[in-house]
Amino acid sequence: MSVTTVRHNKIDLALHQLRAAIDETARPLLLLHGLGEHTPAEAPAWVTSWQGAIVGLDFTGHGNSTIPSGGGYTAELLLGDADAALAALVEQSPDGMITVFGRGLGAYIGLQLAGARASQVHGAIMLDGPGLAGGPTGPTSQSFFSLPPSNTTPDPYALVELGRDLRPPDYVRSFVQLAIAGSKLEEPVAVCTVFRPEWLAAVADEHGVMDVPLAEALETFA
Amino acid sequence: MPHGTPAPNLRQHDYRRTLATVSHTAATLDQTVPFPGAEAPSRQYDIDANGIRIAIHEWGDADAPPMLAVHGGFDFARTYDLFAPRLAAGGWRVVSWDQRGHGDSEHAELYSWDADMRDALAVFDHVGRGGPLPVVGHSKGGALMTQLADAQPFRFTGLVNMDGIPYKRNIPDIAEHERSKMMAKDIASWLDHRRRTSDLQRKPGTIDELAQRRGRMNPRLEVEWLRRLVTTGGFESEDGWRWKIDSSMRFGGFGPWRPEWTLMRLPGLPMPFLGILGSEMEEMGWGTPPKKVLPYMPLQGRCEVLEGVGHFVHVEQPQLVADLVLDFFGGLK
Repeated sequence: MSVTTVRHNKIDLALHQLRAAIDETARPLLLLHGLGEHTPAEAPAWVTSWQGAIVGLDFTGHGNSTIPSGGGYTAELLLGDADAALAALVEQSPDGMITVFGRGLGAYIGLQLAGARASQVHGAIMLDGPGLAGGPTGPTSQSFFSLPPSNTTPDPYALVELGRDLRPPDYVRSFVQLAIAGSKLEEPVAVCTVFRPEWLAAVADEHGVMDVPLAEALETFA
Repeated sequence: MPHGTPAPNLRQHDYRRTLATVSHTAATLDQTVPFPGAEAPSRQYDIDANGIRIAIHEWGDADAPPMLAVHGGFDFARTYDLFAPRLAAGGWRVVSWDQRGHGDSEHAELYSWDADMRDALAVFDHVGRGGPLPVVGHSKGGALMTQLADAQPFRFTGLVNMDGIPYKRNIPDIAEHERSKMMAKDIASWLDHRRRTSDLQRKPGTIDELAQRRGRMNPRLEVEWLRRLVTTGGFESEDGWRWKIDSSMRFGGFGPWRPEWTLMRLPGLPMPFLGILGSEMEEMGWGTPPKKVLPYMPLQGRCEVLEGVGHFVHVEQPQLVADLVLDFFGGLK
């Protein structure tokens, strides 16, 4: 396994090459981990059927990526992380596209990336994992407090802030609509989760979203 | 490196030191453009807001009772050079700070509403030492403080919100698929910007050129005031002046937050509240129609609408607004 660094603003992100392509004509699979996780040491067994390269990104404040001072995490920041990885990976892709596989929080970010860069994301697969529920769907009375600086990952601010990040269903659905509008696929999103929080249930109900087992999703987007 | 082990080598200490040197150099040379009635702060220093260096600016007697003044987005504490001295003349120690990434404060790796809120708490703790404070906020600073007043009311003796009351902007004539196109453009533009920010610097220019650029966003403000802003919110290097604000920050963006969520917090605020709105809509304003927010006033609240005044009420009418604030806080001193 090799690790390269991609830059997102002031953050150095670790991009792990977990497995080289078996078939050079197959596109890369980008793994996005859950909240508080990091890229595993090797490609998980449940994705090894993928014929292209398998690559994992450590989000800001996770794994081997930079720990920022004083927090400030949002899902949209992590979308920027994933977009930095996308920019690096499409150069290696035979057709200029990648497929995204996200667990938990990574599933939400993968969906955002599929909407934001629809022409470069050939399918987003959403799987259960830490941070899947996310925060509330509307305004709350949550308060604010500071944490001591951390030198280890995961950054406690990431755990706190991304665990309460707002996910209104209509906002989340808009990423599905963007993915459909910009993708060549009729169904560019696959929901493979058992747990369906409110925002994800709304996603699964959208036209253009597959509700299928993981193996079928991988096969469809291959 | 395994999960859970230190990663100190990836931090950005050198970068921060460079920025601190730049801003201190600019302060030492003091090329501040004079403007009638404007005064530099009496005291300037930094505090550590949980790992982020925050620059504090104070006007007035150091022993006077403190009042916090919170600036808006893409502004900085020195935009209170006209307004704060008038409050100080009323017997207050006016304390403002540059929000992270703005003015002389540190350029952080990340920016968010919650992070701004936590930085603000560090200032509250430093100034108030556990006690409640009178607070004035403009634009984004007003909206931040409105949410904080709802979340932590024990920190406030009263709140003045200067043209920082958000209101839902309806665009009724746009079909759903057009909204998606607009959002797609916003997201792509934001992500494209993020891909460039690691090498991005703000465009240099002369004082007049930067003032002219700022004038496009602040068309109602006097040129000499804008020129002063360049010399208080910018720094000079070999190729010209640049704004100090972090080049990764920009207008626009997207996210799940909706402006009406701040408005919903207003009616329940338990402390005395004064809203000051300008009647004239402009680029950096929040497009808040006064008649729409008046029904949201809290029980101890009122709203003053300044006719013929734009978003920067405290710059266009510093004495009038200072008098309103001094009158409002006079009984709370």
